[in-house]
This record gives sequence, C-alpha cells and structure tokens, in this order.
Amino acid sequence: MLRIGKIPIAVFALFIIAFPWVTHEIPSIEHYTDIMIFAGIYCLITMGLSLLMGYTGQISIGHAAFYGIGAYTSAILTAQYGLNPWPCIIVGMAISAVIAVLVGAPSLKLKGHYLAMATLAFGIIVYIIFNEEAAWTGGPDGMTGIPGLSLFGFEFDSVKKYYYLVWIFVFAAFIFTVNIIQSGIGRALRAIHVSEPAASAMGVDISRFKILVFVYSAVLASLAGSLYAHYLNFINPSTFDLFFSIKLLIMIALGGMYNIWGAIIGAGLITFLSYEWLYYFQEYEVIVYGAILLLVTIFFPKGLVGVPGIVKGWFRE
Amino acid sequence: MNFVEEENILELNRVVMAFGGLMALSNLNFQVKKGMIKAIIGPNGAGKTTLFNIITGSFPPTEGSVMFKGLPIEHLKAHKIAERGISRTFQTVELFGNMTVLENVMLGCHTRVRSSFLSSGFQLPQFRRKEAQVKESAMKILKFIGLVDKFNDPADSLPLGEQKILEIGRALASEPELMCLDEPAAGLNETETYVASSLIRAINAKGITVLLVEHDMKVIMNISDEIAVLNYGQKIAEGSPQEIQNNRRVIEAYLGSEI
Repeated sequence: MLRIGKIPIAVFALFIIAFPWVTHEIPSIEHYTDIMIFAGIYCLITMGLSLLMGYTGQISIGHAAFYGIGAYTSAILTAQYGLNPWPCIIVGMAISAVIAVLVGAPSLKLKGHYLAMATLAFGIIVYIIFNEEAAWTGGPDGMTGIPGLSLFGFEFDSVKKYYYLVWIFVFAAFIFTVNIIQSGIGRALRAIHVSEPAASAMGVDISRFKILVFVYSAVLASLAGSLYAHYLNFINPSTFDLFFSIKLLIMIALGGMYNIWGAIIGAGLITFLSYEWLYYFQEYEVIVYGAILLLVTIFFPKGLVGVPGIVKGWFRE
Repeated sequence: MNFVEEENILELNRVVMAFGGLMALSNLNFQVKKGMIKAIIGPNGAGKTTLFNIITGSFPPTEGSVMFKGLPIEHLKAHKIAERGISRTFQTVELFGNMTVLENVMLGCHTRVRSSFLSSGFQLPQFRRKEAQVKESAMKILKFIGLVDKFNDPADSLPLGEQKILEIGRALASEPELMCLDEPAAGLNETETYVASSLIRAINAKGITVLLVEHDMKVIMNISDEIAVLNYGQKIAEGSPQEIQNNRRVIEAYLGSEI
C-alpha cells in the first residue's frame, strides 16, 4: 500500500537530469535551473520533515534553526578558519544531531505536542544568536566570503554543475528515506502515528524512534543549510527566521505530508512561487501562503498527492 | 487440563492502583499458572482493564509487585515488557489501520527481528535477509489465523471479527509466552465468536499461556481453565468454571444481592 514504485522514481530522475538542458533552450525560463537548486535544497529539509510529521506525527516548528546551524557552521569554519568545506558540512551535521537530541529528547519523552513548542522556542533562540553573536556570525549583516565547493579539483562553479551536485544529494537522501519508510523502522513510525499504546505493546520504543527521526530530519536540514551557504557564498540571519520554518510546513502541507512525494512537490511549488510567480505580490506574498494553507487543509487534507484519490472517488460515485 | 509444572508464569502481589482518590485495584493478589487459559471477569468498572494495563506496562502500579517468570516487571515500560514475552490485544481494536494486514503482523515481529537505521536506509544485505525472514514468519501467522488471503488489504477494511483475529495474530507475532486478550469476543456474532475461541484454544495448544478479560460467559465457561472474579478492584472469587458458576458472591455481584 505504501510501496514507492520504481517507475515514478525513474521518471523523476529523468526529469531532473533533463531539466537544465531543456530550460536552457527557452530564454524566458533559462534561470529556472538556478531556482531548482533552491528547490532541491528545500527538498532535503522537507523529506526529513515528511518522515517526522507525516509518517511519525511529530510537529517541528524549528527546522529553520537546523538549516541555519548547517549554514553557519560551514560559513564560520570555511570563511574564518579556511578549512576545507566538506568536513565542515559533516561537522555541521554532527552539531545539528547533538542539538536535536538535546532539544528533542526531553520533549519527545512526553506525550502530546511538546516538540512543537520546544522547537518553536528553539528556533527563535537560534535566530537571536545568529543576530547577536556578531563576532562569529557577522550579526544582521551576515557573512561573506564563503567558498564554493570543489571535489578532487573539480569546481562546482556554474549553476548547472551546482544543480547536479545538489540533486545528487537530494536523490541519495530520497532513496535513503524511501528505504527507511519501507523497512521495519518505517512500520514502527507509522504505528506510532496511529496508536502509541499499540505500538509500545508490540515492543516499539516510542521515544527512541521519535528522537531518531527528529535527529535524521535535523541532519538533513543542516546539510541543506551548508549547500545553501556554499552556493550563495553569503548568508544572513533573515534566511533562518521563524517564517522560514512555517514556510517549510506550508511546503509539506501543500504537497501532502503523508507521502514522501508530497515533500518534493510541495518544496518545488513553493520555491517557484516565492522566487518567481509571486514576485509581483512582494510583501503580500504572505497572504497567498496563508490562503494556500487554508485551502489545502479544508479541501485537500492529504495535499496535492491526495488529489488523484479524491478525483477517483468522484468518478466512483 | 493437567498442569505438570505448577509453576506461576505471572504473579501479582498486593497490587494497589489508585487514580487520585479512586481505588481501581486494592491489594490484589493474583497468579497465572504456566500453560493455562485464565479468565478475568467482573462487572464494568471492576478493574479488569486496569489490571491488564499494569501487567503490560501502560502504567506502573501505585504499590505492589508484578513478577513475570520470577522477575519483577512492574517498573518496566510497555516495550520492555513486550520484549520479555508478554503481548496483548485491546478492548477497542487498536490495529494500524493505514497498514496492510501483513504489515500489521510484521510489526508484531518487532521485538524479535530488528535492523538498525543505517542498515535499513542503505538496504544492506543483512537488512534484506531480516526483512525476508520477518515477512515469512508473518505469512506463517496469517496462515495460522486464516487471514492469508487478505494479506495485502488495508487493516481497517476488514470486518470487525477479522480485525479482532488480526489483532490476536499481531500479538502472536512476537512469539510471546503470555498473551493478554482484552475482550476478544466483544462485538462479534456467534460464528465469529466461535472462530475466536477456537483460535485462542489453538494458541494455548502451542504452549502459550493466555490471560483474558471477557464478558461473553459462554466463551469463558468453554475455554478457560480457571476464572478470577473482580469487583470494585478486589478479587471476590477464584476457581474452576463450575466453582465460579455456583459461587454466591459472584452471582450477587452480577445480579444484585436480592436474588
């Protein structure tokens, strides 16, 4: 029932591989490859969130913080200490994992939505630290001079090269996440979502699994943050504010959080809306997001991936 | 039935459970012999489900001890107790409705076969082997409980009778030594009830001790070796089905004292 077919994955892979070549030919959408880099970066975060929220049923309103921790760890270690970016990305992921355990463990051991509250507060605190610790982070002005990425002398210095780099990471994370969903761990996570008493009676250590998934989602967000920093070569705190955490929620709500594809569709759509299609709305953009969230929760509670099911239902009637 | 080993698999000693001022269980002593089918009966609110919840670790008792195979378990969490060999079903069916029949039983194998996060994510060979092993043993259980044809159906699409059976199958998947069944016949029609009681007997024949709470007296009298009667959190009688049927205090508790 939750099998994720090989054919859709192959079609998706072909689409991603062909995308820059096709858009390159059409001048009006030539810059879409650049936007797709951001879409890929957001996909990394939303896939983890989908596992955490959709499959396991735990709400986090602080993933912008892990995204920021990844970005700032990479930025500080490379720009200020001149280290090679790759180990810095891994250090960022490790720091995020440790912080996720510290934030998640106390709240995930309790029943109810304590994680949502803890992550909300955590996100705000981290945002304040990014702004105030100017000696490290550059304060509200942000940091420049973050190097790009290269591997064995190969520089990811063009949009197209970085695009493929990011989407290789997205694919690796996607396959890993799909494997988890289809394993005994995935079954345990879905069981926790449906009935905690029944899951624990079957021997599932509920708090351990919740913490595990929270850490995994934090690590993916951190990786996304590092990739963002090394692509733009510049970061400032406003990227990692509370609104971004909420935007992530809108992404998975729009796409559908009970399905890993929803995370990808939602991240893609919201990225294009905010970078391109809603450009003329400027500050009123927020209203559009609000409307999207409202419409989705009322009419498509399973998000866009649930729409085919709803349409099928109509035809059956 | 003849119990060669007169050994208690489960022993509750002076268990007290108080919810605020309400005494759900007071000073309860209770034993289950290895290999038997023991039933707990009693009017609504007598403390039967509370007793189950204490045994299976939903919450610890206020006072007293619970010994399983000679070791104390009253301080353990539910998943640890499941690992020790006690599994359970629920009064209101608690299946994982969004999963298939097979997946539900596969989840029941969780206590026995496990893969780490990394080996699951990377689909290492040992993970594939374990997953195949889990699937095989889950299919065996589906054959045993008679739901093998429906292995790919969503669990919530089954009729209630089969959902109850599936819940028993899921509990069986952990290969428990003691199964606690909370009203396995509740809401079932006569045929379904018959199927459920035969299944409980078959499980018992495999050497698994069964403890059940039930309201259907026909089921109780047919399948249990021993019955304990609870009323207001206290054990008012215990004995064979015949003894219980003729016990004056039990009749009073059920029908009122004027009879």
